[in-house]
Amino acid sequence: MSHATTTGVQERPTPAPPAPKSGLSTRSLPRLAPLGFAVVAIVLGVGLSLAAGWQSRVQWGLISALFFLAISYVTTSVVENRRQARDRLATSLVWVCFLLAVVPLASLLWTTISRGSERLDGYFLTHSMAGVLGPEASGGVYHALIGTLEQVGIATLISAPLGLLTAVYLVEYGKGALAKAVTFFVDVMTGIPSIVAGLFILSIMLIAGLEPSGLMGALALSILMIPVVVRSTEEMLKLVPNELREASLALGIPKWRTILKVVLPTAIGGIATGVMLAIARIAGETAPIILLVFGSQLINTNPFEGAQSSLPFYIYEQYKIGEAASYDRAWAAALVLIAFVMILNLVARGIARWKAPKTGR
Amino acid sequence: MAKRIDVSGLSAYYGSHKAIDDISMTVEPRSVTAFIGPSGCGKSTFLRTLNRMHEVTPGGRVEGKVLLDDENLYGAGVDPVTVRRTVGMVFQRPNPFPTMSIFDNVAAGLRLNGSYRKSALNDIVEKSLRGANLWNEVKDRLNKPGSGLSGGQQQRLCIARAIAVEPDVLLMDEPCSALDPISTLAIEDLVGELKERFTIVIVTHNMQQAARVSDRTAFFNLAAVGKPGKLIEIDETERIFSNPSVQATEDYISGRFG
Repeated sequence: MSHATTTGVQERPTPAPPAPKSGLSTRSLPRLAPLGFAVVAIVLGVGLSLAAGWQSRVQWGLISALFFLAISYVTTSVVENRRQARDRLATSLVWVCFLLAVVPLASLLWTTISRGSERLDGYFLTHSMAGVLGPEASGGVYHALIGTLEQVGIATLISAPLGLLTAVYLVEYGKGALAKAVTFFVDVMTGIPSIVAGLFILSIMLIAGLEPSGLMGALALSILMIPVVVRSTEEMLKLVPNELREASLALGIPKWRTILKVVLPTAIGGIATGVMLAIARIAGETAPIILLVFGSQLINTNPFEGAQSSLPFYIYEQYKIGEAASYDRAWAAALVLIAFVMILNLVARGIARWKAPKTGR
Repeated sequence: MAKRIDVSGLSAYYGSHKAIDDISMTVEPRSVTAFIGPSGCGKSTFLRTLNRMHEVTPGGRVEGKVLLDDENLYGAGVDPVTVRRTVGMVFQRPNPFPTMSIFDNVAAGLRLNGSYRKSALNDIVEKSLRGANLWNEVKDRLNKPGSGLSGGQQQRLCIARAIAVEPDVLLMDEPCSALDPISTLAIEDLVGELKERFTIVIVTHNMQQAARVSDRTAFFNLAAVGKPGKLIEIDETERIFSNPSVQATEDYISGRFG
């Protein structure tokens, strides 16, 4: 029965040598066979869904995927053999899962780019929302951009050295109870919800009578950032082979100098990547910012006093306004945020490649 | 200025497990001494106690005395870092620093211990690379990365790095076991030249290498399975390989075990 569905698709005749089945060689399907299976599966899947009156595209996709797996397995086990069929099934499963994972991501990127680029231009990037009412189709994201850059910048200045030194302690020195306690607390900090970190800083703010400012937001962000930096730096330091440390120690170089001049330079590419990824993570945190930074429509370049805005906060704010113009602004700000994170990622990869131990002749 | 080594009553532990037991021996200055013995008998452990690298391993502990020209390396108030500047080591697998150029690798021991003028560094690096028979091969690419060399060249680079700090003793832990026969021959010739300037102790699995290269040979073995390693016999190389005093040595040399 499966022959009937596939003969229409296989344009080329299967190269079938007249060898008996018990030889070393078997017949094999042409290279484009999976494509054929996919086409047939989609046709069947969509046809079945339409006939049954199902509307959801996701359902169509899943049914087609199941058909694809079934057709591919059955055809391969008939034409080639059972082992090839299982191999193809595994490959197909991997591909199907990959597509299922990539499609939402691609859809997200596409939507953000297409909706966001309507409003994104030089004016948008260089003006704030001062004096602009919700429904008006003007205003910009400059104040939020400054806010994000400053808050994230201060958080990095606090977290990167702290995280790095903690990781160096844990990997190179810590052997006893203190090291175990530090590891435990770093693990706990990794799981803190961002709003809890915000509440923590808020309580300190209220007790000490401080005003909301960019600095408070930066402190909450650094609570979220430190454990990420510690974990990734730890992994990078552990990757440095022990032989290098021994070679340096055997030259009579003291341990702290070994770490500073041999271990850290070897690991610096991976450490920089880890820090960049941590930055990318906190750039999108909204909850603590709402609590601590208050948001503002005006440009405030001083992170130490006065309310600031930030990109995630701005997106949330514009969405809440609910007007068409503000939705456009929200999409454009989302695009700016994604672009910011993507640029950081690319910079991280660039640093890692530049700093990787060279093997050139 | 090569120094003599006097070891007395040395035992080394990993935590509570005793790895080598009560070793006493003398190594003459400007000579090559080879340590031979079956796998796991403690030769490398003993070697690492001579430059206080054993205590770098977690749980590493040493009892006994090692005298370098009458100074006890394990005496009170002796800084292991100072010891390691006097007793250098070359490891089994070549390990040049990957982020540094050839020049920086050789100069590392000097740069990271004090400051030198560039011209002085140039001289020392050239002298060390010549001493390691590597100068002619790398003199045109001193600022290329050290990891771009072949295995034998990398090992000679590590030797150059070790002798650049002018140690009194040079310890070599199976320096040729990761290399091909041609590179091994080059290193063995190098050892023959270096012994004019340094006291050399070399651990080797290869008995023919010990016979070729060393003046005196020490044979180590485990007393029994699960027991710590002991020094069985130490003597002139010729006598060890032709007429050893202990039966176990004779058995090992002739390949009856090990």
